[in-house]
Parts: sequence; structure tokens; C-alpha cells
Amino acid sequence: MTAMPLDPTAGQLPRSAPLLVGVVALAAGGLVALLAGWGLTGTALAGWLVFAVAYPAWSLAVENRRKATDRVVTVLVWTAFAIAMIPLVSLVVTVVAKGAPALSWEFLSKDSTGRALIEGNGGIFHAVVGTVQVTLVAALIAIPVGVLTAIWLVEYGDGSRLARVVTFLVDVMTGIPSIVAGLFALAFFQVVMGEPLPRLAVAGGVALSLLMIPTVVRSVEEMLKLVPDDLREAAYALGVPKWRTICKVVLPTAVAGIVTGITLSIARVAGETAPLLLVTGVAYGTNWNPLDGSLATLPTYIFSSLSKTSHFEYGDSWADQVWGTALVLIIIVMTLNVVARVIGAVFAPKTGK
Amino acid sequence: MITAPRSVRGPVTGPPHEHPLPTGGDPVTATTAEAPAVESAPPRRIGDSVFRNAALGAALLVILFLAGVAIFLVIKGVPALEAEPEHLSGRGSLLGLVGALLFGTVLASVIAMVIVTPLAIGLGLVISHYAPRRLAKPVGFLVDLLAAVPSVVFGLWGLIVLAPYLVPTHEWLVRYLGWLPFFDGPASQTARTLLTASIVLALMALPIVTAIMREVFAQTPRSHQEAALALGATRWEMIRMAVLPYGRSGMVAALLLGLGRALGETMAVAMVLSATGVIVSLDTVSSQNSNTIAAFIAQGYKEASPIKVSILIFAGLALFLLTFLVNFLGRWIAARGVVKA
Repeated sequence: MTAMPLDPTAGQLPRSAPLLVGVVALAAGGLVALLAGWGLTGTALAGWLVFAVAYPAWSLAVENRRKATDRVVTVLVWTAFAIAMIPLVSLVVTVVAKGAPALSWEFLSKDSTGRALIEGNGGIFHAVVGTVQVTLVAALIAIPVGVLTAIWLVEYGDGSRLARVVTFLVDVMTGIPSIVAGLFALAFFQVVMGEPLPRLAVAGGVALSLLMIPTVVRSVEEMLKLVPDDLREAAYALGVPKWRTICKVVLPTAVAGIVTGITLSIARVAGETAPLLLVTGVAYGTNWNPLDGSLATLPTYIFSSLSKTSHFEYGDSWADQVWGTALVLIIIVMTLNVVARVIGAVFAPKTGK
Repeated sequence: MITAPRSVRGPVTGPPHEHPLPTGGDPVTATTAEAPAVESAPPRRIGDSVFRNAALGAALLVILFLAGVAIFLVIKGVPALEAEPEHLSGRGSLLGLVGALLFGTVLASVIAMVIVTPLAIGLGLVISHYAPRRLAKPVGFLVDLLAAVPSVVFGLWGLIVLAPYLVPTHEWLVRYLGWLPFFDGPASQTARTLLTASIVLALMALPIVTAIMREVFAQTPRSHQEAALALGATRWEMIRMAVLPYGRSGMVAALLLGLGRALGETMAVAMVLSATGVIVSLDTVSSQNSNTIAAFIAQGYKEASPIKVSILIFAGLALFLLTFLVNFLGRWIAARGVVKA
């Protein structure tokens, strides 16, 4: 039964131990849950408990205390991973299950003015247009400012006092709560336009650009720092002026990372809600004018429609709107994320190493 | 990858120019090779100075932007000091209102961080040390996807899926842990409580904290880890003796930055919490909850009277200062840790 004393694997669990205990735990958990009549959660919980006790206990019996502790921690660490993934899976499944039935060409191509919605064929075209407008304004402000700031930080200001101040302030900006960015846009356009409650796409864009600038600066800065100095020096040695070196050598080398960072920051602000609530208001029709009037974006449309789902008669059609919009929003944001990472991975500069 | 700069004209390998280049003015000179002969006064290039100043201008614009935030919040927030008591949601004074909201904000965020801390350490270790090499990347990607979910969708999920699911948990907490002030009860029937909101907040702060933690763990010198393993340490002992002590300041910084994120997060709380005036209460499971600043602003923005808006902006200013402090502390600890390492 016991192994030879000289066998180095003596006193070790087999490699398949976690799997074996896992199967046993699953069976035990299922049995317990079945007898006690618990649901899926109960089964999982009971199974986990059996596993978390039995696996280290076996180790304690065959191996020693230290290895048993090690296995306890391994179980806990992977449990943390599972706990974090459950909400993600649940969220995606819920949104897809509830949102998919609402999706149709009509849903994407109509707005929800008037009775369109009550007849059950309202759509989110206006919110898509609004999201594009607001995000575009934010990108137009944030990308040039962010990229140039990063260039200045890396290429010109490196080590100077001003560079330290700017770096610090960019860090501060990273921490600005999104709702505060919205309040800033509100206060700013109150002063500029003299209206008590300004409602326009540009204000939303300004608020979002405030959130976008620090992420753009950070990611571009990281990428520029990765460009080897050899390349810069080679260009200087050829007599290329500094600005052309930056435009023709440094930026093209880092372009994949820069595009990735910018795409990620766009994905982040496209899903932003809180600041827009304050400055873009609520709208059910399409507003093409970014300089005047309320407009809806996908996130704010979700928020404003949510309060209508309790309507006794039309609540269900509003719920469809909410989940359908959430699905569209998630698809857009996730696509941007995946695209960004693919760009980063495919076009990453191939170093000789 | 890098193409040779085509713009370089002139004999690069040939003899240097004998004549000094004209200074400034003509943009064409900016693209010709520099004359090495002129050493003390290199030719000024208009392209260079324009580009340099544009970059500098952008950097200064960032400063201006941030100063603008502070200035405009102050300009529009200060009138709130003259607010009459009837505008103050039942609190006696403006400071009473903001104080109560600050309390709720900190309470919700701290609960969130209590949930996040073990999860983030575990997740960070999975990615940096536990997952097989092939799995580490996909796992990291999944955590990043969690960060990509828009906050409004998180709020929606918290409200429609999580809250009903947590109703029995709320009852259980009140029944068995009711002696703690946090679970005083009576349990909310909808579970639209501060506890549920905090759990959603935790999920939203988790990716950022995890991302920093895994960086910190991955930076532990290999030699420290291999030394521990060579001495016969198990993987956990190696982590406890080499990885965790090395990354201590980084972990604290990560938690503070996550806290800063949770403090300012709006939608999760605004959507999950059923707002019932502004109160101060440690109780996190009853239908009467403390509210957070961000959610208070998001729930109150429709009431358009100027004094109301002023109060919202004033509250936002308080939130700005609070998150600034927390983030500053986080950055400071992170920077200090780097110097030490």
C-alpha cells in the first residue's frame, strides 16, 4: 500500500488529486443539495465546502502541514477568481438573454419620439447619434491635447519641474470622479452661456474629454518611453530635426500602442453615464445639432428609460428598450476593447529580442 | 518597421556643408541636414519651435483644464452657502448635508474595499503566480473585460439581478449578525440597500485594483522567489515570504486608488439605492440608507432651481477634494515604495 521509503514521490498527492477531490466534492455537493432541496447556489456552495475541506485534509494526511496550508491557499486564490467571474458571466448572460429579443433593424434605425414606442416599435437611433456626437467631441479635444502633452512630457520636458507638475496633475485628473467632470461642464457652460441648465452635446463632450485626457496621456507616454533612444539618436545623427524625428520615427514606432490606448479610452468614455446626465438632459428624438438642445446617449437612455419600466401598461416595452440598449452598448464597448487589444498585439513593434 | 527619414536631403555621408545655414525663417531649411560646423549657435528651425510650443501648450492646457475644474466648481458652488434649510433635504445646514453624504460615501466605499481586498489579492496572485503560463493572459483579459462593462450596465445588473438575489442574504444577516450595527435591520424587502450597492461598487473597483496588484506581484525579483523555493518553501510560503513583503506598499497604493475609484462611482449607487432623503446610518441592510455624494447628485440633478444646482456642485466639490486626497495618498505611497525597492 505505502510506497517505498526511498521513493522521492512518497508522501505526495498524485497530480490528479485536485481533479479526484473535485469530482467527489461535486457529487457530494449535489447529493447534499438534492436531499436538502437547495438550488444551484446551494449545490455550488456545498461542493466548494467539501472540496475546500477534503483536499487540504487529504494533503495533511499524506503530506505535511506546510503542504496542506499551501493547498488551502491555492483553493482560496482560485476561489477569488471564480467569485470575480460569476458576476461577469451573470451580467453578460442576463444582458444577452434579455436584450437579444429586442434587437432588430427597426430598433437600431428609429428613434423613440411620440407614440413610436407605445406601438412597440421605438428604437435607439437617437441615442446612437447622441453617443457618437458626444464621443466625437470628447475625442477631438482629448486626443490632440493628450498626445501632445505626452510628447512634451517624454521628448521635451523630461525631468524638468514643469514636467513633474504636469505628471502630478495628470495623476490627479485620473482620479476625478466622472460626476465631478459633469459638474464642471455644467458650471462652465452655465457661466459661458448664461443659462441655468445648459443642455448640449458639446458640454457632454467637454466633460468626457476631462476623463479621457489622463488615460490618453498615460498610455501614449508609456508607449513613447518604450521607443529606444537609439532610434532617436540615429535620426539626429542624420541631421533630422527633432520635430520630424518625433513625427517620422518616434510616433510611427509607437503607433500601435498609441492607437490601442486611445481606443480603450474611447471605449471607456462611450459607456460613461453620470456626467452626461447633468449636461445632455433627456431626449427621445434625434438631435443633430451638437451646439444646442438635449440629446440622448446610449447610457443616459438606459437610465432615463429605466424609471419608465414600472409603468403599468407600457412597462414591458420600456424594459425591452432598456435591455436592448444595454446589449448594444456592451457590444460596442466590448468590440472597441477587443479591437484595441488586437491592434496592440498584431502591430506591436517587433523588437529584435 | 522604421523607415529611414526620407526627408533628409543633402550629402549625409559626404563632406559637411561649409556654409552656415540661414537661421530660422525658411521652413525648407528645417528639413535639410544640419551643418556640424556651426556648434555654438545651432540654426533655429521654425518647425521645431512650432512643434515644441504646441506640445508645451497642450501640457499647459492640462494645467488650465484642472484649474478650471476647481475654479468653476468654487464659483458655482459657493452660492450654496446661502441655501435656506428647506433646500437641504432635511439636514439643518449645508455642512450637515455634505457631512452626512460624505459619511455615506466613505461607508459604501470602505465596505466595497473590504470585499475587494481579498478578491484582488487572490486574483492578482492567480494571474502572476498561480495560473499556468498559457492561462495567465486570458485570465487577465477576463478581468480587463470586467473593467470594460459600462457603469450603467453594472447598475442595471445590480438593480435587476443582484438585488432580488440578495434578499435572503439580507434577512440572514439581520437574523444572525443583527448585533453588529451594520446589520441592524429591519431587512429591506427589495435589497436595494447600501450593502448591495457596495457589492456592485466592489465589482467595479476590482479590475483596477487587480491590475495594479498583479503588476506589483510580477515585479518581485526572481532571485528572491527562487531563493525561497530553493530553500524548500512551498509556493504559498514563497509568496508569503518574498512576494507579499516586497509588494506591501504597492498593495496599499492599489487599494487606495481603488478606494478613490469607488468613492467617485455614481451609477451603481444611484441606480441600486432607493433614495430616501439624506440620513446618517451605519445600517447597510434596511430600506433607510445613507446616501453617497455622487448618487445624491445623479438623483437630484433634475430639480433645476439654481440654489439646488449650487448645492449639488458644492457637494461635488467636497467629493473632488476627498478623492483627490485619497488618490494623492495612494500615489505618494506608490512612489515611496518604488524608491525603497
